[in-house]
Amino acid sequence: MVRIDFTRLRFLVIEDSAHMRRILRTLLLGFGAREVHEAEDGASGLEGFTHYLPDIIICDWVLPIFDGLELAQMIRQPGANVNPYVPIIMLTGHSDKKRVMVARDAGVTEFLTKPISPKSLYERIVNVIVRPRPFVKTKTYFGPDRRRNVNPNYVGVERRKTVKSDLVRQDHLIDKAKILT
Amino acid sequence: MARKDQRKDQRKDQDPLVVTYADHEVITPPNPLRKAVAPAGSDDDDPVARAEAALEQLSSEFSSWMLAECERLETARQAIKLLGMTEHAHDALFRAAHDVKGEAFTFGYPEVVGVADSLCRLLEHTPKIARIPLVLVDQHVDAVRAMTREVARSDRAEVAGELVRRLREVTDDFLRRENEFRPEYLETIFAPSLVPGTPES
Repeated sequence: MVRIDFTRLRFLVIEDSAHMRRILRTLLLGFGAREVHEAEDGASGLEGFTHYLPDIIICDWVLPIFDGLELAQMIRQPGANVNPYVPIIMLTGHSDKKRVMVARDAGVTEFLTKPISPKSLYERIVNVIVRPRPFVKTKTYFGPDRRRNVNPNYVGVERRKTVKSDLVRQDHLIDKAKILT
Repeated sequence: MARKDQRKDQRKDQDPLVVTYADHEVITPPNPLRKAVAPAGSDDDDPVARAEAALEQLSSEFSSWMLAECERLETARQAIKLLGMTEHAHDALFRAAHDVKGEAFTFGYPEVVGVADSLCRLLEHTPKIARIPLVLVDQHVDAVRAMTREVARSDRAEVAGELVRRLREVTDDFLRRENEFRPEYLETIFAPSLVPGTPES
């Protein structure tokens, strides 16, 4: 049984509704968090991300100035930010497949539809801590592996052109940097 | 020499591991969040129950919050009556409806969610916002306000259910006509929700 010590986590909540921010703060503090920062639009959310260096971002889709998707895409710029790997939990009233896929392709880590329940929020947070996904970088995408479960018995179409047998090399990033310089 | 190697190994543990394939890389970053994984606590430790209790304490404010959201919706509707369906007025109404949709259930007004969702669909999926029928906007806003006011009514769920169904029907008919020229978009509007029990998005 996993226990999460929320006192060791720093959250950034980006949500334009003051009521929803209050609800999220209440839930996070109820879980035991002590550090919950807030922002009310995409621009101050980005500022909060670079200033507070949160461990987890909880972000609404619909935001003033620029929305949650644009914010996720900005955060997921490899090399452009201090922590492009930060888990992003997106809150939304949208639940159709196309929108879920759009959010996924923007680099969102977890998706949480409203109305939010304490249990569902807690589960998403535990998931990003205990079951972090590797990141994938292609010409057009940088973000969490969009395949949540890798099924060894999968027999359908393999959309990624190359698989493990086509491994070219395996480096730690620091060694990779040395090779390039 | 051994100390230098140890520092180099520690630094490696903090770096993402990159596995390069022909057309993509798989990067496994270190997981700093594992600092928050603690030994299992006592059976009494239930963070979800604590959060639920905290939310319950906050719930005394929900009815006034819901009234405030209704006022915001009304203000946005009045602005449209005064200035017409400008981009700015449209956005203000959409944001107000979107927030009502996301919050009404938590605030204790579950029947309002369907009305707010229908209004959001009307505002979001009509290609030319000047063609949005103001009478349909009025019907949605009036329904939200009535449902919020008449919360004590014994047949509230039944009446609200019928009202939501009718508003949704009229809105969907309108959206089908307005989006006839873009059938792919129409398909996404009427795609089923991935969340069981929710209306089509």
